[in-house]
Amino acid sequence: MASALINVPATAKRGDIIEIKALMSHIMETGYRHTETGEVIPRDIITSFTCRYNGVEVFRADLFPASSANPFISFFTTATESGTFEFKWIGDRGFQETASANISVS
Amino acid sequence: MTQTIAMQKLDDANRRRVLVCGAGAVAALVGLRPARATPDMMKAAIRDVVKGAPVRVGKVKLDVPPLVENGNTVPLTVSVTSAMTEAEHVVSIHIFNEKNPQPNVGNFYIGPRAGRAQVSTRIRLADTQTLTAIAKLSDGSFWSATADVVVTLAACTEEAT
Repeated sequence: MASALINVPATAKRGDIIEIKALMSHIMETGYRHTETGEVIPRDIITSFTCRYNGVEVFRADLFPASSANPFISFFTTATESGTFEFKWIGDRGFQETASANISVS
Repeated sequence: MTQTIAMQKLDDANRRRVLVCGAGAVAALVGLRPARATPDMMKAAIRDVVKGAPVRVGKVKLDVPPLVENGNTVPLTVSVTSAMTEAEHVVSIHIFNEKNPQPNVGNFYIGPRAGRAQVSTRIRLADTQTLTAIAKLSDGSFWSATADVVVTLAACTEEAT
């Protein structure tokens, strides 16, 4: 059910600073809400996001309940070589999702 | 309608204010949840990150709307003035808040390959409060910026007090 939306430029010149945007659909239940009968709704969030560029980690984030639902993160990296960006989201209840995008660097 | 049902279920002794999610999902009962974070908790969380090093104001820019209607999704951008070279770059960016249930908002680890020390995300805010962004530089120094945000509709984790 979970689905990722990622935005990486398809092409870039070597040395370009490129923006990468990543969104993962997730409820990000804070663990601080209650049902009408007063029971705590257990926390269910994404806790970690990483981005690897040809196997090398270029960005990592620790997330907390203060992230909005469907966490969105954008960041920058330098286009060094053609290859693949791999994205990984890890969360509560064994949540684990990956996505990837290719870039052609000239 | 959800609110009416919720109010009926509150007993007299515990009649407090009920906040209903904009999405109409779940009403949260006030008073049963843990205390919210305080500025002291934020200071403690910041201490955990800087480990006693001095934090200077500057270099960091924290962009967040001064007035938001919906605390459930507040766009936020942090940028840091840095050459972003091997010798001089931003190692990490940390965002803190005063009044959500937890003082941490996010930790972002970058490095010289980022080229530009800038991160954007969307966050929840439980109340009108001050946000703090702290950047750790490769020379071990810490720099910060703060921003005040007025929240009209709090994120639905929180009571309206």
